Amino acid sequence: MIQVTNLNKRFKKNHVLRDLNLELNQPGITALLGPNGSGKTTLVKSILGLVITDTGQILYDSKETKGQFLYRHQISYLPQIARFPENLTGRELLQLMKSIRPNPVKEEMLLNLFELHKELDKKMSEMSGGTKQKFNLVLCFMYDAPTIILDEPSTGLDPLALIALKAYLIEEKKKGKQILLITHILNLVEELADNVVFILDGKIYYQGGIKELIEKQQVQNLEIAIANILRTDAANS
Amino acid sequence: MLQILKYSFFDMIRNRWTFVYMGFFLILTVALFLLSNDITKVVLSMTNIILYLTPLLGILFGSMYYYNSEEFIELLLAQPLSRNAVFTGLYLGIASSLSISLILGVGLPMLFFGALSSPELPAVVLLLFLSVVLSIIFSLLSFIIAMKFKNRIKGFGISIFTWLFFAIIYDGIFLLILLLFKDYPLEKATLGLTVFNPIDLSRILLLLNLDESAMMGYTGAVLQKFLGSQLGTYMILITLALWIIIPFLYILRIGKKKDI
Ligand SMILES: Nc1ncnc2c1ncn2[C@@H]1O[C@H](COP(=O)(O)OP(=O)(O)OP(=O)(O)O)[C@@H](O)[C@H]1O
Ligand SMILES: [Mg+2]
Repeated sequence: MIQVTNLNKRFKKNHVLRDLNLELNQPGITALLGPNGSGKTTLVKSILGLVITDTGQILYDSKETKGQFLYRHQISYLPQIARFPENLTGRELLQLMKSIRPNPVKEEMLLNLFELHKELDKKMSEMSGGTKQKFNLVLCFMYDAPTIILDEPSTGLDPLALIALKAYLIEEKKKGKQILLITHILNLVEELADNVVFILDGKIYYQGGIKELIEKQQVQNLEIAIANILRTDAANS
Repeated sequence: MLQILKYSFFDMIRNRWTFVYMGFFLILTVALFLLSNDITKVVLSMTNIILYLTPLLGILFGSMYYYNSEEFIELLLAQPLSRNAVFTGLYLGIASSLSISLILGVGLPMLFFGALSSPELPAVVLLLFLSVVLSIIFSLLSFIIAMKFKNRIKGFGISIFTWLFFAIIYDGIFLLILLLFKDYPLEKATLGLTVFNPIDLSRILLLLNLDESAMMGYTGAVLQKFLGSQLGTYMILITLALWIIIPFLYILRIGKKKDI
């Protein structure tokens, strides 16, 4: 469904994505891993057309995405940092979103899930970080798109909200959705992900199952496997 | 695009700075009327104030609004909306609220103090029209600056400098050139130079139509000599239109290439 070929992106001299190739075809949850600053956010922003890439191609459902916008109907995106117009209340923000993109299907259910009803009349600028993140999640999930891209969805969530999030993602996975999950929390990966994609030095270092990744590194668990990869990479550079 | 316009318009309307802006022009106009009951004099003093202030306030409001909308832009562009629609909607939101504030702030006192029945009515209308045009042009410039410079302090600095340039420095350079080359026939060259300054253009347009030739200044006189008032007026209007169209298209162009 998503096909990235020879993608390059530079920010000034900083060559972030280097001839990156990636195919994400199966439904299910794919974890996108990689150290800080490795280009995970840049990659998903490129897929959404938020970051304009230098060269290379990104296809969604076999169609070119460059300069297009309608394909974003098929994608729900959760940005890494929940940033909203500050002087809106939660209710107004939802209203605004609905006027831009009509027909949310699950708004009420999500407000219940994250217990947001009591926060609806607070201004975004006065909300706690975790509450903002919950609104971020509601905005992202309220449309029924076949592809969901989440950039660190667990940031700032309390344990109850985290449990709700995990349960929700498992439900969506069962419906056959394609979910791309960026996270540094390996527990989350082990619990949820069917596959992992590991990005390193602007390229895909590994794509495949979790078990295979652990076996390849000849270690006991995912955490050590990843730490190993990072150490070797640091030693080589 | 219309929803974005609607939102950014209402967002501006709710912003207390919009009221400060409108209130400022309201108080200014009323004060001028209280100082002198002669509408002709009021229009003349307003002319100078408006020619300098609307560009300054337009450029400051524009950059402020753009920087404050960055989050909103990110949210919008992750949705199935085109970049053109997002940036156009956002811009029209601020341009329309600035224009309405100006028209109300200046227009209401004018109405109240009898502009409709005064022989100065055309001048008042022209003044209002030019103040709107100048706000549009300078808020466009402010969007360009804010889109180009991520750093707000830099952006505001450059905005203020841009205003200073068109409002003051430009005239200085202009005079300097006239002085340095006073032995050459420079009439056409000065006309050419004026084209690059929307504030000068507006001033000349006003004075061409105000029957105050004495205040028209050098370029105004040259323009009248070469083109006559009517043709001169058309030329200026066309140039002002270009001052709106070109920056607007440039905004769309930057918008297409910008990393969010
Ligand atoms: N708008 C931008 N302008 C300049 N440089 C940028 C911009 N966005 C990202 N970068 C740079 O690109 C590189 C990759 O950043 P990116 O945000 O994609 O990393 P990441 O993998 O998401 O990291 P993290 O795990 O910390 O979220 C970094 O070096 C960052 O400094
Ligand atoms: Mg990131």
